[in-house]
Amino acid sequence: MSEISRADVEHLAKLAHISMTDAELEKMTSELGVIVDSVQKVQEAAGEDVPATSHPLPLTNVFREDRVGHVFTAAESLSNAPDAVESRFKVPAILDEE
Amino acid sequence: MTETLTEPRPLSFEEALQKYDPVLGFEVHVELNTATKMFSSAPNAFGDEPNTNVNEVCLGLPGTLPVVNGKAVESAIKLGLALNCSIAEYCRFARKQYFYPDTPKNWQTSQYDEPIAFDGYVDVELDDGEIFRVEIERAHMEEDAGKLTHAGTSGRIQGADYSLVDYNRSGVPLIEIVTKPITGAGERAPQIARAYVSAVRDIVKALDISDARMERGNVRCDANVSLMPKGASAFGTRSETKNVNSMRAVEHAVHFEIRRHAGILEAGGSIVQETRHWQETSRTTTSGRPKSDADDYRYFPEPDLVPVTTTAEWIEALRAELPEPPAERRRRLREAWAYSDAEFRDVVAAGLLDQIEETVESGASAAAARKWWMGEISRLANARETEPAALGVEPATIVELNGLIDEGRINDKIARQVLEHHLDGEGGPAEIVQKRGLEVVSDGGALTAAVEKAMAENPDVVEKVAAGKLKAIGALIGPVMKETRGQADAGKVREIVLQKLGIQG
Repeated sequence: MSEISRADVEHLAKLAHISMTDAELEKMTSELGVIVDSVQKVQEAAGEDVPATSHPLPLTNVFREDRVGHVFTAAESLSNAPDAVESRFKVPAILDEE
Repeated sequence: MTETLTEPRPLSFEEALQKYDPVLGFEVHVELNTATKMFSSAPNAFGDEPNTNVNEVCLGLPGTLPVVNGKAVESAIKLGLALNCSIAEYCRFARKQYFYPDTPKNWQTSQYDEPIAFDGYVDVELDDGEIFRVEIERAHMEEDAGKLTHAGTSGRIQGADYSLVDYNRSGVPLIEIVTKPITGAGERAPQIARAYVSAVRDIVKALDISDARMERGNVRCDANVSLMPKGASAFGTRSETKNVNSMRAVEHAVHFEIRRHAGILEAGGSIVQETRHWQETSRTTTSGRPKSDADDYRYFPEPDLVPVTTTAEWIEALRAELPEPPAERRRRLREAWAYSDAEFRDVVAAGLLDQIEETVESGASAAAARKWWMGEISRLANARETEPAALGVEPATIVELNGLIDEGRINDKIARQVLEHHLDGEGGPAEIVQKRGLEVVSDGGALTAAVEKAMAENPDVVEKVAAGKLKAIGALIGPVMKETRGQADAGKVREIVLQKLGIQG
């Protein structure tokens, strides 16, 4: 059985800024559990000598030359913005500062 | 906000140090001077119109793919080597997830448990010449965030009605350098803080991987401070003062935090682990947001980027490109130029080492080079509201100008005028002297005539000189200078006066 608890899901929902009802939390707890259990099956096949992977292709060092390419105009940059002022994106005031 | 009116008064610095040992830690962010961003080919440039140095990657539009800037990786490796770090053979990028409009993707692409460089040190020189070793935990690659402006009545976050975002800075390559906890600093903690940030700035400047201008945010420092009772070994709770962006401010921030912590601990309180904001005007810090070691950024390896691997050959090729370490270079130059400690410190503080070195290499004496750069050029820069190094005076120009003085063709005063004409675009020093007819008047005719006129107009002075008060000649030099538009050779004037009065000089 997976170790995903309802508290884990509540924590994740909070971090992801998703509000969830009690019923949704219940459902997601069991569904996430099934997903994690499925993924865990991989560990049965991979022994300790297999390093963890983060990319499906066996590539390293894919680099770009330091040469300037295309850019947007301010109007293009802002074309999807819900609101803009003085060529800048306008967003609600947010108190938390990182 | 955790700030309360009841926060105890800070202790005096001396008293704080009698009772507690400070522990420091620094996170310094260095913006690289690559032509393009870390993960996209948009330009890395400062001061342009908002949202014009961006493309789909910088704006985090769906379906876009980042590609690593190879030059930024080389800069990171060079910096790692200059910080005496080990370079990772294999490392990856990671997503650091948080919600804030300065990042349009809702994560910052950074490195987590696999930094490109780790386990190094920097030897920093303190005011008394002593060397203090600061150990480096890691240096990792990441990207800068966009710039937020808080609009509204106060112009600050609190009370702002809305915020405006410019993503020009979004994706600019950054290297974050993290120190190990610095213990044993004692009363020198503020000085060590300044010296460390200064050393890092000097290193990235010498490597030419960053413009290293703190006032533009090219080098930014977060200062961690905690206290433990004298003799204890368990660290206290730390505060993190964010974005202290000048050498002085870093020094003052550490000084203040030591006093503030001590005040709270003495009153029986406990330190809140939080970020603090530096207030330049009051030289204090104010409470930011609470922070815990358990801040959950849900780091995971960036699936859109492949790992970076290094080979010994690559690292050694980059090591071969490293310049002389700044601290060693300073020691070498101080010795070669024979400046006093104070003179040398002033030159370093004025940021004129390169210019003076080039001027000396081009043939001027060290003393003359210092005289020009620290004197007239600095004065002109000040008058024109710029930095001496940014004034556009070439070392070769100074050598030429100084040569004209040495040859006796112009005097100091005229030389200063020539420099000013040069800055106004009138050409090289010799050219200006010739065009404007500024050559010193030392030949018989014109100068003798001017001296005779001055003597005729100042009989009282002539009488004094004739009576043996040779110093009075000075009073004749002024009128002669006036007559010759400042081009008289003062030594020659003296000679002529004495000769006319039949006195042996």
